[in-house]
Amino acid sequence: MSARERILERLRAAPSLPEVLPDVAGWFAAHRRNEDLAQRVARLRSGLEGYHAEVHDTTDADWPDLLLRIAATKHLRNLLIGTDTLHGATLEARALDTPQLVPYDRSIESWRDRLFDAIDASLTLARSAIADTGSLILWPDAREPRLMSLVPPVHFVLLDAATIHADFHSAMVAENWQAGLPTNALLISGPSKTADIQQTLAYGAHGPRELIVLLRHGPGDMA
Amino acid sequence: MSQMAMPDPASAFRQRSRSAVDDSAQRQNFRSAMDYLQAKRRTQFPDEQELVGLRDLGEAIRRYSLANLPRLLEQLEQNLTANGIRVHWAENAEEANAIALAIARRVEARRIVKGKSMVSEEIGFNHAMQAAGIEALESDMGEYIVQLAGETPSHIIMPAIHKTKQAIAALFVEKIPGVEYTEDVDALIQIGRRVLRRKFAEADIGLSGVNFAVAETGTLCLVENEGNGRMCTTVPRVHIAVTGIEKVVEKLEHVPPLFSLLTRSATGQAVTTYLNLISHPRQPGEKDGPEEVHLILIDNGRSQAYADAQLRTTLQCIRCGACMNHCPVYARIGGHAYGTTYPGPIGAIVSPHMLGLAATYPLAFASTLCHACVEVCPVRIPITDLLIRLRNEAQAQPGTVNASLRGSGAARTALVSAIWNAWALIYSRLGLYCLTSWFMSRGRALSPIEQGAWTRSRTPLTPAPRRLRDLLKDRRP
Repeated sequence: MSARERILERLRAAPSLPEVLPDVAGWFAAHRRNEDLAQRVARLRSGLEGYHAEVHDTTDADWPDLLLRIAATKHLRNLLIGTDTLHGATLEARALDTPQLVPYDRSIESWRDRLFDAIDASLTLARSAIADTGSLILWPDAREPRLMSLVPPVHFVLLDAATIHADFHSAMVAENWQAGLPTNALLISGPSKTADIQQTLAYGAHGPRELIVLLRHGPGDMA
Repeated sequence: MSQMAMPDPASAFRQRSRSAVDDSAQRQNFRSAMDYLQAKRRTQFPDEQELVGLRDLGEAIRRYSLANLPRLLEQLEQNLTANGIRVHWAENAEEANAIALAIARRVEARRIVKGKSMVSEEIGFNHAMQAAGIEALESDMGEYIVQLAGETPSHIIMPAIHKTKQAIAALFVEKIPGVEYTEDVDALIQIGRRVLRRKFAEADIGLSGVNFAVAETGTLCLVENEGNGRMCTTVPRVHIAVTGIEKVVEKLEHVPPLFSLLTRSATGQAVTTYLNLISHPRQPGEKDGPEEVHLILIDNGRSQAYADAQLRTTLQCIRCGACMNHCPVYARIGGHAYGTTYPGPIGAIVSPHMLGLAATYPLAFASTLCHACVEVCPVRIPITDLLIRLRNEAQAQPGTVNASLRGSGAARTALVSAIWNAWALIYSRLGLYCLTSWFMSRGRALSPIEQGAWTRSRTPLTPAPRRLRDLLKDRRP
């Protein structure tokens, strides 16, 4: 008999102690605040800022200039962008000298050292966000790979204000996550950090030292 | 007595505890860390009603998951396999390490970089890999420090909680070439970052634990702040996750309440920096991520706890560490004194299933039963009831219904056995009982003044001058 069969056999031989399926949706419905978009935006912002992220309000027309201004003040030499994305194409259309745009257009094996040592910053799009905990939701894919939000020391995230959910549960229900998840789904709440040395908080543990959120408001929802 | 020849776990534990409480600097570290973590947790639960409701929900989810454990493990395996993640099963530490080693040999791995995983500590993963000539490097900052010092974690969430920044600064100077002494915590973290960044890039395999495994979607959930867990599960070409069989939940929607309870109870954070949900290896067209993902499901004694309705509650644990953060015993003796991978109240109730009661029973007695752990446990494990149960198991007569665990009766001495045998004899024969009680009350002056632990802080016990039956006889008209 295999280890699998032996373990399962022991578990099945144990006493049956039935429990009812918990009503998770009911609990969240009862505890959800009745908020409009502006209130959700405000809560997301205060959460993210509490975790040491920068949040900038912007619009679809203005975000590239805003990003370039921030990049200039931080003396970023280059910016990693995805491939085949609308926002990437918008930046590329500007034909910049600095920051130099570096597309993530090949597999990690062929440029690992450069990614780890020579890339100053990256830009990715957030899928949505969670007001309750100040979290960004990212579903990395072939166009915007997983390491873009992890390896560069500065991470820019473009977030559409209209996509902000109240809480984690409503996000996964509204986006129907249980129908199937991608290779990797992420909640990101601030730059990487640690308090492992004498409970002293330090940012930039292994991931980005800075998380900069470009909060893109639609025509009607500017608070 | 046959036990006397073996090393006595009770006196070994007493010795470790004694030297821990004699180390005033370390006690100071633990005290201030516990105060800090308790205060942080309190700020996360300002609304008592919300906390009560969320704990009820968390407990209900864990109990439901355990009630359906065999079915959920099969569903998890089926969906992970469909997603391209390979599932392995291990009865114990040796089997788990052998599975990991077989994978490492097949892919010709020389270096493994590790995210924080208490299960990997439980199975002695690093030693098993080193013995096979494979480097296994910890990458969580706390774990990295502890490994560099040749120590083991003293806390399940904050592994280097026993070390001061001065000690860490000195350690870095000694062990890392070219490092200058600094007590600046930011600078120390940046040193660790620089060293480990190279290691992520060079590693062949990334090893991680699992916080929750979701059966319905075939998803592994990892909770962390540093980003090293994401590095380990994304950069190397192979990812191996190790977990206990109890970590499975049925539905994705079971994750948000448990995630919230975990981070708020553990470190007093509303949320950690990262929640990393992994459902597939690298797909065609994707440019990073491991090409192989493996999950090793480990029993290692958990099915023993599962077999008993009361002890099963042990498996509700989500490893937040709140019980140790609030334990007056843990705060004084620290994590290493327990001598087990998992210290504190959770260590006392889970370790007997992994290591046997013979080696671990003293831990069940290292509690004042003050209930602080029970009050803060986010999934309402009745820890003190379990401690009492384990105490009884440790003293039980082997072969009886009260001895149901591996190592039951280990604390029972020949003297205790003789006393209980005599007790049983006396109480089952009326004449003998009357005779004995008559002698006891007449001979009360002969009661010993020294009565072991009882008289250390109490007056000696002596039989009453008159028996209850004599007093009752007087009251009859």
